[in-house]
This record gives sequence, C-alpha cells and structure tokens, in this order.
Amino acid sequence: MSILIEKRKNISRPAQVLVPAASFLASLVLTGVLLLAFGADPFATYRAMFRGAFGSGRAFTETLVKAIPLILTGLGVALAFKLRFWNIGAEGQLTLAGVAASWVAIFWGRWMPSFLLLPAVILVGCLAGAAWAGIPALLKTRLKVDETLVTLMLNYVAILFSEFLYYGPWRDPKGYGFPGTEPFPEAAWMPRIAGRAHLGLVFGLVLALILWFVINRTRWGFELKIIGASPQAARYQGIAVERNVVLAILLSGALCGLAGVGEVTGISRRLQQGLSLGYGYTAIIVAWMAQLNPLAVPFVAVLMAALLVGGDQVQMMMGLPASMGILMQGMILFPLLAGSLFTEYRIRRTGRHAAADAGGAE
Amino acid sequence: MKNRWNLLWILLAAALIAGCAKKAEPAAVAAKAEPYKVAFVYIGPPGDLGWTHEHDQGRKAVEAEFGDKVKTVYIENVPEGPDATRIIRQYAQEGYDMIFATSFGYMDPMVEVAKEFPKVKFEHCSGYKTSENMSTYFGRIYQPRYLSGIVAGKMTKSNIIGYAAAFPIPEVVRGINAFTLGVRSVNPKAQVRVVWTNTWYDPVKEREAAVALLDAGADIIAQHQDTVEPQKAAKERGKLSIGYDSDMRAFVGDTVLTSPVWNWGAYYKDTIGKAMAGTWATHQYWEGLKAGVVRLADMSPLVPQDVKDLVKAAEQKILDGTWDVFYGPIKDQTGAVKVAAGAKMTDGEMLSFDWFVEGVVGKVK
Repeated sequence: MSILIEKRKNISRPAQVLVPAASFLASLVLTGVLLLAFGADPFATYRAMFRGAFGSGRAFTETLVKAIPLILTGLGVALAFKLRFWNIGAEGQLTLAGVAASWVAIFWGRWMPSFLLLPAVILVGCLAGAAWAGIPALLKTRLKVDETLVTLMLNYVAILFSEFLYYGPWRDPKGYGFPGTEPFPEAAWMPRIAGRAHLGLVFGLVLALILWFVINRTRWGFELKIIGASPQAARYQGIAVERNVVLAILLSGALCGLAGVGEVTGISRRLQQGLSLGYGYTAIIVAWMAQLNPLAVPFVAVLMAALLVGGDQVQMMMGLPASMGILMQGMILFPLLAGSLFTEYRIRRTGRHAAADAGGAE
Repeated sequence: MKNRWNLLWILLAAALIAGCAKKAEPAAVAAKAEPYKVAFVYIGPPGDLGWTHEHDQGRKAVEAEFGDKVKTVYIENVPEGPDATRIIRQYAQEGYDMIFATSFGYMDPMVEVAKEFPKVKFEHCSGYKTSENMSTYFGRIYQPRYLSGIVAGKMTKSNIIGYAAAFPIPEVVRGINAFTLGVRSVNPKAQVRVVWTNTWYDPVKEREAAVALLDAGADIIAQHQDTVEPQKAAKERGKLSIGYDSDMRAFVGDTVLTSPVWNWGAYYKDTIGKAMAGTWATHQYWEGLKAGVVRLADMSPLVPQDVKDLVKAAEQKILDGTWDVFYGPIKDQTGAVKVAAGAKMTDGEMLSFDWFVEGVVGKVK
C-alpha cells in the first residue's frame, strides 16, 4: 500500500475554515507541551501574549504599529507573487525608500513650504522603492536574469548604503557620535492616529481595497492574472507581458517603499539603526498566509504583528529566554502553513498507484 | 473563489485566541502584599559573560538583598530603536514601578516613555538626558581602564596594542583615551590601534575586529564590547588580552591579564532601596573606584610583581583624590596640548569627548 497526494479540484468551504482552525489549536497544544517542558504555565503564557498584543488600547496600537509595515510590504509581495515574480526584496525596497524619504525630510525641509514636505517625502520614498524593484524587473524582462537572486542581493546593497549614510555623511552632528541622522523637522512627521499607530494604517487598508479591486475587477488585473497563470497564454492573447510585469513590479516596490516611509516618518522620525526589523521577509509569510489575497493581508498582518508583540511578553513577563519567543512563533506558524496541505491536497491510500508523482509532502 | 473564505478562518483563529485568553483572566488579579516591581531592558543576553552579564549580576544582587519585597524581570536582546520604546512602555503599562535600560541607544525611547508615565521611575545607563522621573547612572570605568593600560604598556613586546571598540561615542572614546594614557605612562613608544565594530553585541564582528588587529601586529587585545570573543581570538593566536565588563580571566583563562569590571549590584541596591523608601530623586550618578561601582579585576599570574606595584601606586593616587586620569598635560593625536599641565578636564568635557589622545591610531569618525 502506498500513499498518494494529489491536488484537490474543489476545495470544500468548511475545510477552508476548519483545517486552519484545527491547525491553530494543534499549534497551541504543541507549544503548550514545549512550555511545560520549560516549566512555564502555558495558559499564563498565552494570557500574557494576548494581553501584550490586545490587552489594552495602548497594547493594540503597538500591535498596529508592527502591522502597518507588514500590511504594506505584504501587499507589495502578494502582488509580485501573483505574477510569479519572486520579489524577496521588500526589505531593500523598504530600506531604500526610508533613505530617500529621510533625504527629502532633512534636506528639502530647509527650503520647501512645510505643508508640501510630507507629500514630497511620501512621493519620493515610494518612487525610490519602485525604482529599486524596477531594477530586477527590467533585468528579468529584458535579459531573463533571475529575479530571486537580484532582489535578495539588492537588499544588502540598500541596507549597507543606508548604514553608510547614517554612520557617515548624514550622522547627526549633535548626536555625540552615535549613528543616526538628526531628527526630522515636524513638517515631515507622518500624523499619528492612536498611540504610535500612524496614517500608514489608513494607507494600508485603503490600498488593500484598491489592490483587490484592481486585480479582481479591472481589465489590467485580469491580464495580470493570466500572466501569472501562463505567460505563454497571455502572449497568445496579445497581452504585453513584459510591460505589464514591469508596471506591476514598480507598483509592488512602491507599496514596500511606503512601508519604509511610514517607519522613518511615523515611528523613528530619523534614519537610524533598526529601520526594518525583518518586515520585508516577514511580508513573504504574510503574503502566503493570506494566499495572495489583498483583502486578507491586513488581517494576517495584524495576526503576525500580534505574534511578534505578544512573543516579547514571553520573556518580559514570564521570564523565559528570548529564543523561546521566536521558537513559539515558529511553532504557531508551522502547523498553519502545513495545514494548507490538507485543504489544497487530498491524501489517498492506494494499493496499485505509485506515489512517485506526489509533491510537497513530507 | 476560494480566497473569500480566508478572511473567515483568520477571524475565527483570532476569536479563538481571544476566547482562550478571556477565560483565564481572573487569575491575573494581584495578591495583597504587592512587591516592588523592577524591570531591566538588556541589549544582549546575560549569557554574553560581559556587559549584560554584569548588569544581571546586579539584578540578582537586588533580589538577594530585598527578597520577597521586590520582584525583578528582564528582557534581553532588545534592539536600540523603535522596538525599545514599545518594550519600555509595556513595562510601564504593566505596572512596573521602576525600569532600568542598560544601553546608550535606549536614551531617546526612555525619554519618550518617561513623559507618559510620571509615576514610574526610569533609570538610563550611560546617557545624558534626565527628567523629573528619569535618572542616569554610569561609572568612572576610565579609572580602572587607565590601570589596565599600565599593565598592557608593560607587557607588550610589539608595542602595538589592539582595541576592539563599539561606537565612536564619548563613553567609548573616553575609555580608549584613559587606556592609552595608562599605556603611555609606562611605555611612550607603544601605540593603541582602534577598530570600530559599530555594534555593542555581535560576537562574530567582535572576533573579526580582534583578528584584524592581531593581523596588524598587535600582541595584546583590549576592548569595549559586550562579549569575551576578542579575548578568545587573542588566546587562540597565543596572544594576551585585557578584558572588560566582567573578570574575563574566569571565562577565558590567564591570557587575560586583567579586566576593568563593573559592580552594578552596589548601585542597584542603593537606588532601588531609595525608591522603595520613597527617598528617590532624579539624579546623575557617576562614581568611580572609590565608591566601588568599578574596579580592576585581580591580575593574571603572568603579570610580574613590579607591574602590579605600579598599578597599586596609581590606584592609590586616584583613591586618595590627589590625582586622576584626565589631569594635564594631555596631548591630542597631532601633538597639540589639549589639557595644560596643572589643569584637569571637567566632567562636561569628559562626557563629550570627541578627540583621541596622543598614541591612539584611529579616527573618531
């Protein structure tokens, strides 16, 4: 007897709800066992995590603070992935946009009318993110250079460039030598809505709606879907594949860039270390968990942010080591991703068929 | 089509967490005799055997001193920046009475949170900004650093001493200068070469910096970092070193000739005691050898007696108050006299150090 795993043709609706719910429960139980092994009370730990992420208005705004960059980069990555363009450069696009935004905020602020400064900061930041994503898009469409490597490598270029600036020429002359630029003028601050949660949240939610509409309700979105499914088929239909890919990736980069703009103008209000705490990479998990659906991205992003913020509670309040928080995040995510195996694939026992063509299973 | 259902399951999952958490809520109600709650925010893990390790020893000393009357917690590996603001705020929000942040980059985050929680007491290590409910504390570690410089100056054969340093900020520059003055007081031919790592805690970078210095001909490695990695790198090459933070000889061996070390327990017990008694007031604590918050660790058997005697004599002058490290004459790297003979640097000048003394090879960037 062997086991055959095949893709389901129709995915039943209850399964789409029950399987993730069951996976989530399973992950709580698994993590609970781990916590017990460390001598910690699992219920107290989950309670502390929940309190840390949602327990009060202020706690929730801090979760939102982390969710904002995840929503924006999640949308950017989801759009690129829809086209099967593996943009893992969200981190770099975010960083370079943060650098460009800082440039405008610090240097243009000296002559620009103050009401124009923030719009200029946002615009230039997004353009920088788009341009940074445009490089791999052009290389891929013109020269067939693999985008995975290029986007990844450009992350390091952007991060090192930003470090060069705030350790070097842009270092705050009044900062006692500590790396970081001078604080931005107030005119370049992204307005805050509640706590530290800033206007980027509204941008994120509105853009999620717009992106969903564009992909599902417009001709261009339809073309993008066809390109994603099969570039050959798209070409037969007379769709300008290369041009559309470049346009969509520019948009993807701009979305990731907006996340960087939000971080520097809404949170740190200067360019310094810790601009991105891996948001560009977490965005990949967010995009996949949202199954590339723009409307699901904000929810997944909030969930991920809650996991990150709540994870800190594990050591802050429970006295467990820092690695425990990270371990728990993995333990909670893994069954959720693994659960998709059961919704999208069917496992059959079979006596005669070989399982050679089974894919994606362990 | 299938995507429509994603939202639903995500909501369901969220509701599930909410459900679990709500049920257990009543257990969170506090007991009657509420201990004084103190939180520590660390840049690295206590297992770094250096900077954070010493702060955690101080935290443990507080627990040993006050027992049930105090409850301490800590969080490790908090990056300097926006995340620090959230962490400090969460402790304040959760009802902690006093919060210590033990890295320079936590200064602005702490200032921000201190404004929002006027009843909570905040203490920031190594910075310069204070407010009604926020104090700073640090130690004159430059004093034992000078003493360790005497040891290095006497023990070097190549006359090149390497110094793996974190950030070019006044705290670190002051340490390098004090060390170099110590070296040159006994060996005017020796030079101190500085490599910046631009990180407090990064075992790999710290090791790389030490290796680069060894490659440049250094036969003793001193450091201003958070871990013992530079000391290990020197030992592996058969070279000597001067530790920092903790008595690194205990972790690496006798190749560590000595270490300028912290004794935070003395300070933490004092300030937390005052806070519990209601006599705490905002302050800028900056004491040295005399108060016992810093000292030079016991020396390795490799250090000969005459060197130990030299160190003892210098230490005595500092303890007596007849002389200190930054008394003139002091020249800068170009040979120009910055502090005239008979003059001494003020605390303000020391706290904004942005130039190297003669004998340092490197740049304050």
